[in-house]
Amino acid sequence: MKKLLLALTASLGMIAAAQAQDKDPTLACFVYVGSHNDGGYSEGHDKARLFLQKEMGDEVKTKYVENVSEGPDATRVLQQLARSGCNIIFATSFGFMDSVVKVAKQFPDVKFEHATGYKTADNLATYNARFYEGRYILGKIAAKKSKTGTAGYIVSFPIPEVVRGIDSFMLGAQSVNPDFKIKIVWVNTWFDPGKEADAAKALFDQGVDIIVQHTDSPAPLQIAEKRGKFGFGQASDMSKFAPDAQLTAIVDHWGPYYVQRVKALRDGTWKSQSSWEGLKDKILIMAPYENMSADTKKMAEETEQKIKDGFDPFTGPITKQDGSVWLKKGETAKDETLLGLNFYVKGVDDKLPQ
Amino acid sequence: MNLFLAMLPTIMTAATPLLLAAVGELVVERSGVLNLGVEGMMIIGAVTAFAGAQATGSPYAGMVCGILAGAAFSLLFGFLTLTLVANQVATGLSLTILGLGLSGMIGDSFVGTPGIQMGALPIPGLAEIPVVGPILFSHDLIFYLSILLVIAVHWFLFRTRTGLELRSIGDNHDSAHALGMGVIRVRYLAVMFGGACAGLAGAQLSLVYTPQWTENMTAGRGWIALALVVFASWRPVWVLVGAYLFGAVSIGQFNAQAFGFGIPSQFLSSMPYLATVVVLVLISRNRRLTLMNTPACLGKPFVPDR
Repeated sequence: MKKLLLALTASLGMIAAAQAQDKDPTLACFVYVGSHNDGGYSEGHDKARLFLQKEMGDEVKTKYVENVSEGPDATRVLQQLARSGCNIIFATSFGFMDSVVKVAKQFPDVKFEHATGYKTADNLATYNARFYEGRYILGKIAAKKSKTGTAGYIVSFPIPEVVRGIDSFMLGAQSVNPDFKIKIVWVNTWFDPGKEADAAKALFDQGVDIIVQHTDSPAPLQIAEKRGKFGFGQASDMSKFAPDAQLTAIVDHWGPYYVQRVKALRDGTWKSQSSWEGLKDKILIMAPYENMSADTKKMAEETEQKIKDGFDPFTGPITKQDGSVWLKKGETAKDETLLGLNFYVKGVDDKLPQ
Repeated sequence: MNLFLAMLPTIMTAATPLLLAAVGELVVERSGVLNLGVEGMMIIGAVTAFAGAQATGSPYAGMVCGILAGAAFSLLFGFLTLTLVANQVATGLSLTILGLGLSGMIGDSFVGTPGIQMGALPIPGLAEIPVVGPILFSHDLIFYLSILLVIAVHWFLFRTRTGLELRSIGDNHDSAHALGMGVIRVRYLAVMFGGACAGLAGAQLSLVYTPQWTENMTAGRGWIALALVVFASWRPVWVLVGAYLFGAVSIGQFNAQAFGFGIPSQFLSSMPYLATVVVLVLISRNRRLTLMNTPACLGKPFVPDR
């Protein structure tokens, strides 16, 4: 009897253990450079974290650390997360790159994913989104919508990501109106509502009627709304702030990628890679096309579909700003060139800060 | 010319928060207290004003909330430095850090909510004057308050007996105490005035400048206000000049960029700061004037002998 009981408990124990192994949730951890509700970039990642949680339910547990400054602080946070039992860690800012490379080496059993970076290892993958595809559509809308033939462009820092956006926007605009002009204003910050608003006012004062921004606050759109002009949202749908001014927005949508990677980890199929996906993979989506004629809307939707079907905005013939040929007819840009892009295309009337 | 006229209202909006916070801090420093917590009080004012406007639906009620919150928050600084005689520099810095963190927590649910804009209040009669009217007399209430405040503070400091007392406390608190002046009492009031002004400056940011709440939206304006006080050698009218100069160069550089003059944007971005440094150097050539205006007891702890 005693033996039977013992055997019974033992087998029960084994079943429980096996079940636990099956059900053991994966712990996915996130590191944000801003706060989880910054209304822009970091919030995009946090929404994706919640999406992951919802999609996978009991199979996953998530936690995040916010406002982590780039540098030694990031290294410390990553080490601490790795030690505390995280199975996969998403470092969501470009500036975490060196920290994540270092910590990935120290913890070979933990998987690391670094957003917008370019250094990989056996347990370190990178992921990024082709935001410039969205900016091509913005360019086409702006050129069609603008009465003055000039758009204002508020930008943060001259890094390849931003330059890609300007070039792609310009190519889109030129495909509608070859003489389209943009006025570029560098505010040298990602986030300062006051400065962004001032830049928008300066641009409107100089006669542009549409503004594009590569900074994170909705302030420029609010100014556009107040002045009866137009603009585009950044990183999230900002139509609440400017219901009559927002034409559309490029919305970050990292959620499906996170689900895919955590599932891969659970299946044992996770491999290091450099993922750079675009509109067709739904890693970025376009907010509803509003405040424009049916004609313009149709053009925007067709362009979006065309890109989803494989069209590359950087398809030749494309001439550089200095007049030399970049891409011949039919040729498309290589990813390496795009990742380090440091020149304007023809028609951009600005000197790129070096 | 038209562009210049179009720029003026923009410059005024940009200069107003700096002016308000700086005038408040000027009074604090004239009483001999150095409060480095301007940034923190400002952002507390911004978040409270936003919350107040959301709760009541009125930007004016929001503004009052911002003023009160700034003053209340400054009391914390007052208690620590005046009653407990803690180090003013360290306390001021921690007030800034606390304010930034606390405001983020309070404002958590307001992120992504469009704010309530405080509209313009054209002054009847004056606003109809061609050219000058739309530029000077068609602003929001906080703008008018900022100008009135400069005049009032100037009059108070240099034309009233209480103002004289406040200045003498800032210059020599021991003598003032010996003469029977309430050093601690006056300093408490000055600190609270500074807090109220910083709170109003914050309210301007979240109700007029950019009607929204986002974490860290003051973006260093409190520090610029602190620098403006030194820039102005503790004289209210010069704070006005400094704030407008800073605003004009900031806005001017955006316009210069949009014009496409081909000047490197990094250089243009540094222009407001460069201009401030240049003027500061020019002013400080007059040693006597600077020495005369600097409160001699600035930042020094005061422990009354009993």
